Amino acid sequence: MNCIIIDDDEMARVIIEKLSNNNEKINIIGNFANAIDGIKYLNQNEVDLIFLDIHMPAFTGFDLLQTIATPPKVILITSDNGLAIEAFEYDCIVDYLLKPITQERFDKAVNKALMFSKPLAANVKTEEVDNVKDLYVNIDRRLVKINFETINFIEARGDYILIKTENKNYTVHSTLKKIVEKLPDDLFLKVHRSFVINTKKIIDIEDNSVLIGKDVIPVSRSNKPELIKRLNLL
Amino acid sequence: MTEKPNLEYLKELSGGDIEFEQKMLEVVKKELPVEIENYKKHLVNKQFNEAAELVHKIKHKISVLGLEESYQVAIDYEEELKKGQIKQQKSFEDILDSMTIFVENV
Repeated sequence: MNCIIIDDDEMARVIIEKLSNNNEKINIIGNFANAIDGIKYLNQNEVDLIFLDIHMPAFTGFDLLQTIATPPKVILITSDNGLAIEAFEYDCIVDYLLKPITQERFDKAVNKALMFSKPLAANVKTEEVDNVKDLYVNIDRRLVKINFETINFIEARGDYILIKTENKNYTVHSTLKKIVEKLPDDLFLKVHRSFVINTKKIIDIEDNSVLIGKDVIPVSRSNKPELIKRLNLL
Repeated sequence: MTEKPNLEYLKELSGGDIEFEQKMLEVVKKELPVEIENYKKHLVNKQFNEAAELVHKIKHKISVLGLEESYQVAIDYEEELKKGQIKQQKSFEDILDSMTIFVENV
């Protein structure tokens, strides 16, 4: 991964370079003492990952993330352990390293960054889905377009979700909660803690399940009233 | 203060890379006296937020020199300063003295 370091603390930059030299997955291509220089570089170069300090004078790491439309993956570097909650507001942040950083913890964060898919519009928590007909998902470093109407259902599987469409299945590193935010409410409905379905694709409904294509999807008792409300019942 | 500055963390990071160790110590030697001077200046002028900023910078050096308990003192002191309090001033400045002596002799 091509990475840059943005930290006003020279010692931190030297340490991260050292830790990166010991990790073959990391290739440091830039090293910046302030956020502005980092932004200039990001605007002109392809970067996979930023090691970003939060606490910088004048322009903080969070300011930087709000400035860039589609930031790459980010590992936060900080001495403040109270920033975790704010960090989770950004989809692009994959981990959070507290100074002083050890090699073991650093390597773990890098592995996480490799696992995470590239965010779609990382500085925004919830996107407007009106008038949007497609979803882009990161599969093997490619952004693949999936039309909403072709999706049969989405199933949560641990740290991944399975998106089942009419012709294909896609496994993506994400959560059901995250994908629900991207889907149009009028088309999709959560029927079970592990399943979101496209209501237009329902073939029939039994007591506690719906048939979509050839798949029988469980419906939990608490979600059933909402499902029934959506149907044009005779 | 019972703990003493040491090079354990730096040695663990360096894995025997002497050049890296020297580079790190050079940065500490160059920056620490300036940061201490600025911290004291701000404190005299009762510019507590600015003094807290300096404590924040020095904090990382404290941890790099293996001072775990002192690191916690610095965290608390930084928060105090932001509220205009200086209860831990003596404890923090003792840490600074100990670090200064250490880096001058290392």
